Amino acid sequence: MKEYFQNIFEAISTVLVGMGVTWKHLFQKKVTIQYPDERLTLPPRERNRLFVDIEDCIGCRQCENACPVDCIEIETVKAVPGDDAGKTKAGQKKVFHVTKFTIDFSKCCFCSFCVFPCPTDCIKMTDVYEYSEYERDRLKYNFSAFTPEEAQDKKAKLEQFEKEKAAQKAAAAAAAPQPKPAAPQTPNTDNKETLS
Amino acid sequence: MNELLKDILINVLLAAAPLFLWILPYALLAVYLERKVSAFMQDRLGPMRVGKYGLLQTIADILKLLQKEDITADAVDKKLFNFAPVLVFIGSYAAFAAIPFSSIYIGSNIDLGIFYILAVSSLVVAGLLLGAWASNNKYSLYGGLRTAAQIVSYEIPTAIVVLSLVIVAGTLNLKEMSEAQTANIFNWYIFGGPELSLKKFILIPFLLVAAVIYFISSLAEVNRTPFDIPEAESEIIGGYHTEYSGMKFAFFFLAEYANMFAVSAVITVLFFGGYQSPFGYLGNLLNMPWLIGLEQIFWFLFKGMLFVFVQMWLRWTLPRLRVDQLMALCWRYLIPISLVNLVIIAFISLL
Amino acid sequence: MSLKTEELVLNMGPQHPSTHGVLRLELLVDGEIVKNVTPHLGYLHRCFEKHTEAMQYFQVVPYTDRLDYLASMGNNFGYVLTIEKLLNLKVPERVEYIRVIVAELQRIASHLVAIGTFGIDVGAFTPFLFCFRDREIILNLLEELTGARFLYNFMAVGGLNYDLPDGWTEKVKDFAKQFRNTIKELNDLLSFNKIFIERTANVGILPADLAINYGISGPMLRASGVKYDIRKNAPYSIYDRFDFEIPVGKGLKGTVGDTWDRYFVRVLEMEQSLNIVEQAIDNIPEGDVKEAIPKKIKPPVGTVYGRVENPRGELGFFVVSDGGVNPFRVKVRPPSFCNLSVINEICKNNLVSDVVAILGSIDIVLGEVDR
Repeated sequence: MKEYFQNIFEAISTVLVGMGVTWKHLFQKKVTIQYPDERLTLPPRERNRLFVDIEDCIGCRQCENACPVDCIEIETVKAVPGDDAGKTKAGQKKVFHVTKFTIDFSKCCFCSFCVFPCPTDCIKMTDVYEYSEYERDRLKYNFSAFTPEEAQDKKAKLEQFEKEKAAQKAAAAAAAPQPKPAAPQTPNTDNKETLS
Repeated sequence: MNELLKDILINVLLAAAPLFLWILPYALLAVYLERKVSAFMQDRLGPMRVGKYGLLQTIADILKLLQKEDITADAVDKKLFNFAPVLVFIGSYAAFAAIPFSSIYIGSNIDLGIFYILAVSSLVVAGLLLGAWASNNKYSLYGGLRTAAQIVSYEIPTAIVVLSLVIVAGTLNLKEMSEAQTANIFNWYIFGGPELSLKKFILIPFLLVAAVIYFISSLAEVNRTPFDIPEAESEIIGGYHTEYSGMKFAFFFLAEYANMFAVSAVITVLFFGGYQSPFGYLGNLLNMPWLIGLEQIFWFLFKGMLFVFVQMWLRWTLPRLRVDQLMALCWRYLIPISLVNLVIIAFISLL
Repeated sequence: MSLKTEELVLNMGPQHPSTHGVLRLELLVDGEIVKNVTPHLGYLHRCFEKHTEAMQYFQVVPYTDRLDYLASMGNNFGYVLTIEKLLNLKVPERVEYIRVIVAELQRIASHLVAIGTFGIDVGAFTPFLFCFRDREIILNLLEELTGARFLYNFMAVGGLNYDLPDGWTEKVKDFAKQFRNTIKELNDLLSFNKIFIERTANVGILPADLAINYGISGPMLRASGVKYDIRKNAPYSIYDRFDFEIPVGKGLKGTVGDTWDRYFVRVLEMEQSLNIVEQAIDNIPEGDVKEAIPKKIKPPVGTVYGRVENPRGELGFFVVSDGGVNPFRVKVRPPSFCNLSVINEICKNNLVSDVVAILGSIDIVLGEVDR
């Protein structure tokens, strides 16, 4: 019997306490931010869309190796002596032409593993988050500075340079005096020296 | 013959007027108000983009519901499926014919006022059950069974409280009840009634208890939290209105809000003075007697909306009761207390 | 003449507002009373364990984030702790302190989600918004620290990926001050509300010996009266330096091990996590967080099992290494999966509404259950 009245009393008192809490909240400041008229300011470390400053990229491929979902694709062509690849902003001489640098943002998981190993700090995460597209192919961002034709051109130059070098080496071997017979052949490291 | 026809036509128009002049705009307003009140209680803003401060939001919602595809599954019982929302609509809206909005206007001044309202509101149960059964869906069936049990049980404390008030007031006619609570706030039935005597002061606590019981059981009648088991979204998805889409769903929805106001209106008339102002009329002050009628409409709507606001407030504060607890509340708490209350009030009234 | 009754098969299907994720529960009901519950899993299986065999050890860390996506720091913590155990690597003190602070903040955030969604399951819509308002503050803190709000990729094998920004510790202290008010408000609105107590007390009682037999861990085990927490019983990292209590279910409003106890243990745990954060935030030593990160992770041949106390229970990683740069096998022991296995036992002879409440109190995350 006592429990009966205790139940009633508890019910009414807790309901009134709860109603008091919601009444108080009716007049407190609201926390809504009305997007898109108002936007949040994002912190400096914000990890959203990637950006690559292709002038600084030396083509070391550390970012491609570090990516856990394989969304970065890089192709490089070695620069021949006549065709200079230029320097990075910090003054380091670039050895490779970066002919293809695509990042597929439909795969990127925004883990920023590509940012940590970059030696020249050229790949960065920006705070851009409004970049949706209607077609999935448009999410493949191309950062390289060369058109496909120019890339072909660079490859052709490299092949030609290598052919000339190989021909020069053959001519030098033919014009040299006859080597002593029966001398044990040391392992041929000549190729590496000419190409480096 | 012509006279009779003209008479009937005028009366029908009079009775149907509240429907178009108040209920439909009110339903639009109530949906918007619910969203804003719930948002403000939850520290957020609610609808803000459609019109200034989101005022046109409900119109956008209604337009959306109107042009939605009316999906009727193959296996439903088509006649009953289509008839159920109509029945619920009728049950909710027909109650407005007998509610006194002001001393110059009442839809239909019948002597059976409150009895008629209770009777017609019970049509809602039939509509809900029909809708639940005809949907041919396990979840809807669950909702329908729970609804039927709930509404039928909670009509009993409602009727008992109304009975105790009828004993105090002496009449079933709602207009006479409102007229009796005249002049100032202490003449309202919640403060014991218009006659100044010892009886009035003794009655006050019991009438207070009666008002609370009536409020709780009316929450259950309209399926509002904490009694919204029939439409418990997180358990059985939609309950009885899972299968409805488009305009039929809009019928259920609007009927719920109309029911809320009907119940608030009844509690206002019974306990809180109906259309009477708490302290006197501007019309009396300025010697413009025609203003009084309009002022009374204002007071009536104001008090009705206050109770609608309290119902919304409770919805966003309390969790939901389980089915067996709901029944236990009704049969083990509300009914015995209201019966005891009735006997005591009857006894006091004899003095 | 007797009435012919049949049992109804009710499907709380993969799409349902209150199965927290894509979980299918097949209920066999007799009227409103539940006779049998069969969970069907696998709707979110993403082959995590097979994936790890193709990646290097450090590349697995973003994938562990996505296991229990509401408590990513805990998953990271478990994995890096396991690999450090395999490599016998010692991390600097600063790294340990920051890891503990961040893991406890994450515990608070995860419990806020659990409490909020449990409120919605039971019908109270408002506490959810209050919980999320505070969770926003925590997520903003972690966003300043790591750059992401949800899947942080913060811990690396041997250290951390980011160091603390300026002014972060002051903000954490501000948060700790105002969070105690929120807990009080939550108690007023939800925990001691009579209707809520009626709904959850004496429902889904899990006895202590049944819990131990089924391998339950985390707040669910502690609510049944068993005082077992990996942070105290088998301390890892620097948890043994902090002073905090382990809240245990006492059956305040019903029996020990019912749904109310499971809910209230989480509320009390939030407070204890706040204590740990406040103790640790003032004493962070100086140092470099990246100095102990190895250049190339090539562990010796062997197996190791490392475990941490996730907000949902004991998260274990069993790693088999064959000496290469890719792990040979990584097996995850998810807490939600083992906790979910007991649902049939505790749902028997309760009503359908109670199944929803019980599922909310077990607090599962499907990303963990299915991996």
